[in-house]
Amino acid sequence: MSENPTSLSEEDVRHVARLARLTLSDDEVGRFTEQLRGVLDLAADLEALNLDGIEPTAHPSELSNVLRTDEVVASLNQDAVFAAAPKIIDHRFSVPKIVGDAP
Amino acid sequence: MSTLPNGWEMVVGLEVHTELKTQTKLFCGCANAFGSEPNTNICPVCLGLPGSLPVLNEKAVEFAIRIGTALNCVIQGSSFHRKNYFYPDQPKDYQISQYDIPINGIGFLDLPDGTKVGIERAHLEEDTGKTTHVGGSGRIHGSDESLVDYNRAGVPLVEIVSAPDIRSAEQARGYAAELRAILIASGASDGRMEEGSMRVDANVSVRKGSDAPFGTRCEIKNLNSLRSLQRAVDFEALRQIDLLEAGESITQETRHWDEDAGRTQTMRSKEEANDYRYFPEPDLVPINPTQAFIDEIARSLPAMPAQRRVELIAQLGGDPTQAQRDQLMAAVELNVDSFITGAIHAGVTPAIALARTANELAALGDEIFSLPLDDYVALLKLEDAGALSATQSKAVLADLVAAGGGDPAALAKQRGFEKLDDGSLDGILDEIIAANPDEWRRYCEGDDKLTGFFTGKVMAATKGQADGKAVNAALRTRKG
Repeated sequence: MSENPTSLSEEDVRHVARLARLTLSDDEVGRFTEQLRGVLDLAADLEALNLDGIEPTAHPSELSNVLRTDEVVASLNQDAVFAAAPKIIDHRFSVPKIVGDAP
Repeated sequence: MSTLPNGWEMVVGLEVHTELKTQTKLFCGCANAFGSEPNTNICPVCLGLPGSLPVLNEKAVEFAIRIGTALNCVIQGSSFHRKNYFYPDQPKDYQISQYDIPINGIGFLDLPDGTKVGIERAHLEEDTGKTTHVGGSGRIHGSDESLVDYNRAGVPLVEIVSAPDIRSAEQARGYAAELRAILIASGASDGRMEEGSMRVDANVSVRKGSDAPFGTRCEIKNLNSLRSLQRAVDFEALRQIDLLEAGESITQETRHWDEDAGRTQTMRSKEEANDYRYFPEPDLVPINPTQAFIDEIARSLPAMPAQRRVELIAQLGGDPTQAQRDQLMAAVELNVDSFITGAIHAGVTPAIALARTANELAALGDEIFSLPLDDYVALLKLEDAGALSATQSKAVLADLVAAGGGDPAALAKQRGFEKLDDGSLDGILDEIIAANPDEWRRYCEGDDKLTGFFTGKVMAATKGQADGKAVNAALRTRKG
């Protein structure tokens, strides 16, 4: 992704589409480049603010240490887990063959 | 210590993922269990279903801080990020991990060989699901598919990233072994590489001399044992040197270690896959451990391996032999040293406690951890007192561990290991002396070296059942 959002290029859009495994037509690439540029330009307005001396905010709520005790609760039953799965083999989700291993 | 040719030096950094011994997953109450039926320990949170929200497991935070403390890390306030990637091992299409601010910052690990390896970070993240690849000749339906079990998705991990301080395959092995012993000692992990609860990836590069800039590195995966790690690092460094000396360049990539073939192979090229688009996880708030909590953890940590080695040497007394030092290292590495200290405290001769524990007990697998210390001590005392020979003691030890404990004297009796009564010993000695008159004469004239000769003859005649001390005493009595 480019440093300056307003310079978002069609190539950037193709790259993001590839990462998300989306196939875009040339028309779509043009349209999404324009739309994404608009979104990024909006966010770029923030760059104009003077943030000297302001701590980065990790989360908009001021909460921290929201924790739960380490106790097992019931999981879903397999019927519910597989209800929307297109294909199940040996109690596992079947997906198109993946070459190589996990990242 | 293996050396590389022509002034080359290897530079290695290790990334170690260790599963934490919590009851539940990192962000939901599903069981963290190994070996359950596939896809039974999952819920809307670990499946990333709309409307579900992760909540952090407090025990995982405690374990992470225990690990960080044991590795001399800076414990700090931290937050979570989403690491986005397209791969079915995470049903959410992202992994919740820590990015710019890990819970454990800079630390270090001192190795038994006297070297120090820096720790860059040790952060919390969730594990991925397990994928099984089924090829055309695969066992299931002969189809080209990948099968996914999400039971492991969301299991808490700590990833420990070393600095690129390692300079040999032996040192890489030593680091991983010491780290594993520390993880086990901290109580945070069981460190089982063969079950995948501790996984090691190695980043390897080479350079000409120790002042040269770092070379292009390759990441090696599928290192399922300390032996694989050491072999793979050595192989990879030599592979890179061969390429560079042939005038070629190194491609930065992930490589897979093939244990049977003894070589690394290209798995995937890295450039593109690395665009993880990290962004702050909006569903989780920061962790800010209090100093009191951090101090409490530091106080509650048991002795670490380095300290246990020092204490063991002190308990052994005197100056241990090299063989004993090796035994001691192995005992601590395999976490069986409490059997040695327990036995020594109970009055067993230290050398016997050390040898029997490091050589025999440690080789009997995880079942030894269910063996009551008292039963083990009782066995060593039988050997120590001469009621069992070393050979007999080892045999009874295997029975004792297989039975999960028991009365070693009874087990010895079952095997027919009875102490020889004095009468039969006398008869055997009569025969041996009669058969070896010259040796007996020299022994009687004061050649003490022949004690071993006669003891050996008695042991052979009794198939090891005689008590060495009793034989010595009988020999001395007869000599008059």
